[in-house]
Amino acid sequence: MNKKTFNMIITGTGGQGLITLLDIITEAAIIQGLDIKTSELHGLSQRGGSISTHIRIGKKVYSPLVALGSADLVLSLEILESLRAADYANSETIFLINCYSLPFMGTIPEKEIEEKINKLIKGKKHIISAAEICRKELGKDVVSGVYLLSYASFKKMLPLKPESILKAISNKIPQKYLDLNIKAFNLAQ
Amino acid sequence: MKKVLLGNEAIVQGALEVGVDFVSAYPGTPSSEIGNIFGEIAKKHGVYFEFSTNEKTALEASIGASFSGLKCLVAMKSFGLNVASDALLPFVYTGTKGPVVIIVADDPSCWSSGQTEENSRGFAYLAHIPVLEPSDAQEAKDFVKLGFDISEKFNIPVIIRTTTRVAHQRMPIEINSKLQAPNSKKKGLFIKDVRRFVTMPPRVLEMKDELLEKIEKIREYAEKSEINRGPTSDKIRGRTSDKLGIITSGVSYLYVKEVLEELNLDLPILKLGFFYPLPEKKINSFIKGLKKVLIVEELEGYLEKEINALAKETNPKLEVFGKDILPESKELGVELILPAVAKLINKNLKLENYLKIKNLKLEIPKRFPRLCPNCPYWFVFSAVKEVAPKDTIFGGDIGCYMIAGFPPHDIQDYLLCMGASIGVGHGIKKALQQSSGQASKQKLIAFIGDSTFFHSGIPALINTVFNKSNPLIIIMDNRITAMTGHQPNPGMGLTGMGDEAEEIKIEEIVKACGVKHIKVIDPKNMDEFKQTVREFLNKDEVSVIVAKRICAIWGKRLEGLKKL
Repeated sequence: MNKKTFNMIITGTGGQGLITLLDIITEAAIIQGLDIKTSELHGLSQRGGSISTHIRIGKKVYSPLVALGSADLVLSLEILESLRAADYANSETIFLINCYSLPFMGTIPEKEIEEKINKLIKGKKHIISAAEICRKELGKDVVSGVYLLSYASFKKMLPLKPESILKAISNKIPQKYLDLNIKAFNLAQ
Repeated sequence: MKKVLLGNEAIVQGALEVGVDFVSAYPGTPSSEIGNIFGEIAKKHGVYFEFSTNEKTALEASIGASFSGLKCLVAMKSFGLNVASDALLPFVYTGTKGPVVIIVADDPSCWSSGQTEENSRGFAYLAHIPVLEPSDAQEAKDFVKLGFDISEKFNIPVIIRTTTRVAHQRMPIEINSKLQAPNSKKKGLFIKDVRRFVTMPPRVLEMKDELLEKIEKIREYAEKSEINRGPTSDKIRGRTSDKLGIITSGVSYLYVKEVLEELNLDLPILKLGFFYPLPEKKINSFIKGLKKVLIVEELEGYLEKEINALAKETNPKLEVFGKDILPESKELGVELILPAVAKLINKNLKLENYLKIKNLKLEIPKRFPRLCPNCPYWFVFSAVKEVAPKDTIFGGDIGCYMIAGFPPHDIQDYLLCMGASIGVGHGIKKALQQSSGQASKQKLIAFIGDSTFFHSGIPALINTVFNKSNPLIIIMDNRITAMTGHQPNPGMGLTGMGDEAEEIKIEEIVKACGVKHIKVIDPKNMDEFKQTVREFLNKDEVSVIVAKRICAIWGKRLEGLKKL
């Protein structure tokens, strides 16, 4: 895939705030004057099912989809869901995985999930207790996604600068939740 | 000014920029946001909006408004066009008075579609209706505006066919902050014109000839249109390729651009914005000097067939590739097109990223969609599962209750299309009635939601009463069209624009259809619910339970709204 374009996938389950995260990312890209395209899914798949969002950032982006084997960053809001992005990874892909599990009928034990992550996922894996940190420090884990995104930005895992992310949060998050989201951002520093 | 918009948001923006007057829709993924947004903003912009009872009534509403001179937009998903097609075909004969654009959203790979992997482009041939295919959100907006232009110029409705990756694609797009005010303040005016609005023979045959002539004129227009763009043969001749060209449309164009950048290739591309009518001269000019052409289009190879036919005259030696090296089902992507192009230019790829991909799906447990906490269907499914005999047949329909087919419920034995839980259920029951022994005693329970019942359950229920079979029909009335994102329906006392409306009572419709055994129960009263299921399963006539309890999400939202 076009090396000039940054390829990102966010995985998770319906109701984890993927679309909000997407809003922040697109806004941050615009702030930096970058072209961006994303692809998301709506409908019944949202009802607690697996969902994934593709994001491509660059000077000029055509396709909204990340091709198999070409992801630069996978951000997973749920531990098992990271596995579903395995096909998109190569040996350079960074996985930023929330150590948070939403079990379901037919799921496997967490230990087995971690074994599978090690076996199936190529690339550099970072499993982070984002949900736990947010719960402990902020009393809410709904901002785990914002925490992880900010973390990725501070660690330069994606071409969006922390100041752009912060500005995007301020532009996009409703006043009522703004303070909580900014705290999550600062926590990731 | 640039703004990041979803494809569907861009469609709304395009319609507002040209001053749409009248919008009608039935929700269906991936088209639903169009109606949702108009529901919120219509009043502010002086636009009339309605969620209609189904796609046919939605189209008919806009036909009426068009006959009365208004500028109309209709939105639906792929299968919606099947429902609306009965009105669509004669409408293309009569033509429009006010311009009409119809958005039809297909869903290759069936991300949110249970019925079939429909390629709605086929309707172009059936109906002789112009069909435009945008490839991204910017084009979705631009093509809506162009669609209105074409409709206005030629008095014909125009379909804009999107797919999931266009409708749910986000990108920064150029928007015009100065919107044209809708002209509906001048109000609709119906001027009688039977030659135009009545499709009776012999006039209808004249209309067909007029339509065919019109299509040829639109073809001429398409020849000059910028949305069909590609180099002519004289420009191609000087290029150093293997005389390979690519013809593509819709979102596939974006993948083709990526592939050519990846391979560092400069191949001529003809991008077709018009699917119908095709600019044949432009295609002929493009393929004239080529040795090979690759047609990159999603699903069935309609373009490929057309181009094969054109090539026979223009360039008989041309090798046309398409569905022989690209799949006919599921959506396309760079990973599929890249090896196809590489093969045609005899380039050996380091395919480590593309071909070594194992199918990992089997190793990862599948997370099925599930009912929300407090969803009323939990009560319905567990009550029914407990009391229905083991061999009971369960009919499914289109809505959140399709989750009945997943664990832990596993109670869905057939599922086809809107209303079929009842329609097909009746047929099964009639067939079983003619059997002897255990089969004749087998029970059937059909699940159908409130919106789906209004959409197309009612004729099936009347057929069941009229032709005497005895399924138990459970109408899952959760007071909203939930699955597609909580749109109002005729049973809840609100219109698409949030105005109060007559609350049409399902039980009264059921009664008026001649059903004798009817009960409205809150499924949370599980004992009463179970008792009624037991009782109704033994009736010789059709019986109906209206399981009435508000959708958990909608209920919560409504409480919040009331507090405001």
